[in-house]
Amino acid sequence: MTQTLEHEPTAVEAPPAPPRRRFGRLAVRAGSILAALVVWELLTAFDVDLWLHFDRLPTPVEVARDLGYQLGTAVYYQDLLDSLRRIVTGFALAAVLGIALGTAIARSRGTSDVVQPLLEVVRPIPAIAVVPIAILLFPTNEQGIVFITFLAAFFPVVVSTRHAVRALPVVWEDAIRTMGGSRRRVLWNVVLPGALPGVFGGLSVGMGVSWICVISAEMISGEFGVGYRTWQAYTVVDYPGVIVGMLTIGLLGWVTSAAVELLGRRATRWLPRGENS
Amino acid sequence: MSLRIENLVVHYGQRTVLSGLDLAVADAEILAVTGPSGCGKSTLLRALAGLLPASSGRVVSGGTPVTGTSAERALVFQDDGLLPWRSVRRNVELPLAIRRVPRARRRAEAESWLTQVGLSGYEDHLPRELSGGMRQRVQLARTLAGSPRVILADEPFGALDAQTRTAMQRLLVEVWRKRPTTVVFVTHDVDEALFLADRVAVLTRDGRLAKVVESSRPRTAGPAVAAERAEVLDGLVAA
Repeated sequence: MTQTLEHEPTAVEAPPAPPRRRFGRLAVRAGSILAALVVWELLTAFDVDLWLHFDRLPTPVEVARDLGYQLGTAVYYQDLLDSLRRIVTGFALAAVLGIALGTAIARSRGTSDVVQPLLEVVRPIPAIAVVPIAILLFPTNEQGIVFITFLAAFFPVVVSTRHAVRALPVVWEDAIRTMGGSRRRVLWNVVLPGALPGVFGGLSVGMGVSWICVISAEMISGEFGVGYRTWQAYTVVDYPGVIVGMLTIGLLGWVTSAAVELLGRRATRWLPRGENS
Repeated sequence: MSLRIENLVVHYGQRTVLSGLDLAVADAEILAVTGPSGCGKSTLLRALAGLLPASSGRVVSGGTPVTGTSAERALVFQDDGLLPWRSVRRNVELPLAIRRVPRARRRAEAESWLTQVGLSGYEDHLPRELSGGMRQRVQLARTLAGSPRVILADEPFGALDAQTRTAMQRLLVEVWRKRPTTVVFVTHDVDEALFLADRVAVLTRDGRLAKVVESSRPRTAGPAVAAERAEVLDGLVAA
């Protein structure tokens, strides 16, 4: 999420710099990335072995060549779509069920008493530690992977929704009720829209954790996907392939996080800070 | 619609906020409620609205005891009562939607109410884009759109500057004249109370009725009658 923020420097860094200085800063930023690439190239091209074994890593040029090659193969896109499908399914399930459960816990003492203790017991277990159970429990590996992805995003969403709903000012609810509005009306017109800013915090975190878990689950259970392909590349000593996999994972993570962020901004445009951000 | 408060006791946690209050409000009367801070003025309004249950005693609204909230008794808040994610128009449309006014008619009705409070042209603004006084106008329009039979207002003009406050008081009187509704409003401002209300109820710190002062010429311009002003102030100091 930090990446997307950095892409909008003008909103934060007022007053706008004069064009020449802005160009200068852009040059510095580009130069910093370029310098890192050059250092990487030098370390790997000269097989530097200073405690860290740079001699085993591929050079950026090798990685670029491999990326170019992989972009021309169908299997690259197949893996990409596999991972994307898993993340979207798991995340969407987590968003819907997490918001529903978080709201129910915050609004009803009964639900809170029944569900809260269970959640508190299960929550400290990282979703990735549930992989063996998921593989045993679900008929197919595919479903297990989606379940892990779901579980990863589920808890951040539940917790943030619960807090956001509890923190809502009472006046809004009082206003609807003294207009004769029902509990349903309060839920749809006050609780859900009012909690959205907080909920999106949980969704952003959830998306990040989901990626960690989907990639790990793919590496472990071997059902294709970017995570599987990356680990596969490592086992067959195709190190440029590993880096291409890493970059692909990073790109996917960035795009999906940016999508959540964008959606969040659209949905919470009414917030005081929404004007220029 | 008339309101009757009979020996009302309300607890807030362990604390007794209202301890045996008796008061009647006639149909289409404007009653001001004042008293020292923390004397339970807001609690009284919330109990009248049906948001707070009575520990003992009861509130009777138009002959039926109050057991919960109803569209008949609308609550107006000091500030921030509007839903910030809804445009001005959509805020005013909300009570219409709750009343099941057909969607096609809501828009026209909301716009007509907004025109009455002098806000036509601001329909698509968000509440945060308006001044405090304009937001209170929207709240007034929203309340009226619900066509309640009792309006309960909790320091509705308390957060406004003197000039805006006077304009809002006049607007309220104008709207009330067109459609006389029972109004109970809480205020700290003695002059506002005597200008707007037929009677001013003064509460004591421990949530009892200190006295009720009648305003001899409510809703007429000019300063409040000095004797009545002194009487309310005496009540406040003694409370």
